[in-house]
Amino acid sequence: MNPTTFFIFTTLLKIVGIVFVVILPMVSYAVYAERKVSALIQDRLGPNRVGPAGLFQPIADAMKFLLKEDFTPAHVNKFYYWLAPCLAMVPAITTIAVVPFGSTLFGVPMVIADINVGVLFVFAIASLGVYGIVIGGWASNSKYPFLGGVRSTSQMISYELSLGLAVIPIFLLIGNLRLTEVVQYQIDHGWMIVPFAGDWRNPLAWLLAIPMWISFAVFAIAVFAETNRLPFDLPEAETELVGGYHTEYSSMKFALFFLGEYAAMITGSAIIVTLFLGGWHFPGIPDGSHGWIFGLINIFVFFAKIVVLLFIFIWVRFTLPRFRYDQLMRLGWVFFFEIALVNIFCVAAILAFHAPPFPKHGLQADESDHGIPGGKMGPAVA
Amino acid sequence: MSAIVETIEAMERPPVTMTSRLEGELLEVSMGPQHPSTHGVFRMNVALDGEIVRKLKPVFGYLHRNHEKIGENTSYLGSMPYTDRLDYFCSMTNNWAYALSVEKLAGIEVPERAEYLRVVLAELTRLQNHASLLGFLLSDMGAWGTPLMYAFREREKILDLFESLSGSRMMCDYMRFGGCRVDASAEWLARAKEIVDRFPNFLDEFEKLIVENEILIARTQNVGKLSPQLAISAGITGPMLRACGVNYDIRKVDGYGYYPRFQFRIPLGEHGDTYDRLMMRALEMRESISILNQAFEQIPAGPIMNPKVKVRAFRPPVGEAYGRIEAPKGELGFYLISDGSPNPYRYRVRPPSFINLTILEDLCLGHTVADVMVILGSVDIVMGEVDR
Repeated sequence: MNPTTFFIFTTLLKIVGIVFVVILPMVSYAVYAERKVSALIQDRLGPNRVGPAGLFQPIADAMKFLLKEDFTPAHVNKFYYWLAPCLAMVPAITTIAVVPFGSTLFGVPMVIADINVGVLFVFAIASLGVYGIVIGGWASNSKYPFLGGVRSTSQMISYELSLGLAVIPIFLLIGNLRLTEVVQYQIDHGWMIVPFAGDWRNPLAWLLAIPMWISFAVFAIAVFAETNRLPFDLPEAETELVGGYHTEYSSMKFALFFLGEYAAMITGSAIIVTLFLGGWHFPGIPDGSHGWIFGLINIFVFFAKIVVLLFIFIWVRFTLPRFRYDQLMRLGWVFFFEIALVNIFCVAAILAFHAPPFPKHGLQADESDHGIPGGKMGPAVA
Repeated sequence: MSAIVETIEAMERPPVTMTSRLEGELLEVSMGPQHPSTHGVFRMNVALDGEIVRKLKPVFGYLHRNHEKIGENTSYLGSMPYTDRLDYFCSMTNNWAYALSVEKLAGIEVPERAEYLRVVLAELTRLQNHASLLGFLLSDMGAWGTPLMYAFREREKILDLFESLSGSRMMCDYMRFGGCRVDASAEWLARAKEIVDRFPNFLDEFEKLIVENEILIARTQNVGKLSPQLAISAGITGPMLRACGVNYDIRKVDGYGYYPRFQFRIPLGEHGDTYDRLMMRALEMRESISILNQAFEQIPAGPIMNPKVKVRAFRPPVGEAYGRIEAPKGELGFYLISDGSPNPYRYRVRPPSFINLTILEDLCLGHTVADVMVILGSVDIVMGEVDR
């Protein structure tokens, strides 16, 4: 087979496989997991009517959403009202394109698009998610959605800054924005939250663990804010704004908002796993070049890590009360922003004494192609 | 009481500004009656400047059932089950307040055992009311039901006790003027004691959740401050008044029932903010447990009903009476005028929820929308009682 055809074929296969076989079922079962875990926390049973242990509940929910009347209120701006739910769902799923979800399977790298601006692409696309909420809140032409949309705008802007600043230490260390390289660095030198793992004798590597943990904490909290999860679910804020930005939405359009939140959670967890928790790597498990079974295990490890993070997302939601709007802003701008900024300087100072031991990950021009075997496809960045 | 009244000064309300900081228009939002956290069918017309509340007008009456007029056309006994429906969380205390005013009207004595049973049931009611209030309040703050479920787990046990005693979980209709309807068996008392003995475990767990949670402290401290002057002049009673530091508890002031026989303390707040109101409930539950333990020890055997009272063809002498008790939400009073007929000439309820709600605007002005829900939750209202 012609390498280009092979590339297109495998990429399509990966897109279909990851989006329709893994992510979408995961989204609907994340809702089920949320209900079951919350029931566990709250001393209840949770869904248990549809199928064994309520396992078919997501299917029943999907049927319900599809069959409900797709009602459009008379006073809304119809174009934006219809556009908003798509804008909420699509960016959440698009982000997964650059995340390496496995090593290799039959020699094919397990990442949909291995681009050299990986993390910038993630931020660029994830930021689009806010438009869904803002446009939804505005187009609904109603007061609660409007307040929710306004809240969402300022919240996203505040937390995106911390989100961006929190990852800079990693790229100071690695010198590469390509997410596969980030994972490869972590395989060689230990996960980002344990940067001393490959270099036990070096005190500076131990020192590096402190800013890395701070980065990890700031990034994880900012992801909570970015995905509108408690304690930062102000745009939705059921007890204050009824339903926030999706008050006027029903049936499948509401479902897109609702599932978009879970999709954003999954991609957010995927980014955290890739940047800080070693991606698909698990100590002692070789990569896919040692046999296809290991390739599958790598993929499984990656999604297992995501599931653990999703559990933490749910756990936090059912434990903490919500912040107030001004407290949220103060937290974002006064604490996380400053912490992340100081953190960058700390890492830079440590790195001045602790030169990256592996020159191949040092700062260098990234001239590699898209990961297509046997051919270049032109520049990665337009 | 007179000493407190003398301290009342002219109320100074913050001026209500109608223009925004940006000289723009205020956003008028009608919150309720179908709002998830207005505790029923309560509605607030709120004028917002961004997120800040500039004007708030409570609107109620969506659950109005003509309770007082029905009371005038019903026999004295017939009103007893109706009182259950006032504050449907605390039917026992509603019964007691009504029974107390009829007893005052007709000069009826209550047997000793019945008085003890009333104390036991009223304090159990206070436990379950305060527990669920804390749960609701945290839910309003966005804690998604976990504290509420914990509180309801405890409330469930107490409701089971009520059910096994009176036959109904919420609409107990248990008390009669001159005593109580059915006697509590020794097993029932033993079960109640067991539940009360275990209750502090729940409180320890819950207070840990409340006291140590940074977000909760940030959300409640200095929010919705109520000054003692305003509280007294607006007639605020119950935990809300004591949270401002005013030592006024009808159990101590009137000493109705057998409360003077029990040793208990009245918790008082200092700041009158939402956090104090919240902690007040937690502390009161501790005192209720102490009262209950004393009552379980002291309760004597004997009749539970005064045999001289003709409950069915009851005709009190001409006169008027006001009986009041310290219900979990504040002073609950029934004012009755009798013209010698089987029905009261006038039947008036003094509902604590309603009167505590009147100062909602003063508490909320200058705070954000999110705070309004928390303040409303800390006032502790039940619409059945507000609208009657």
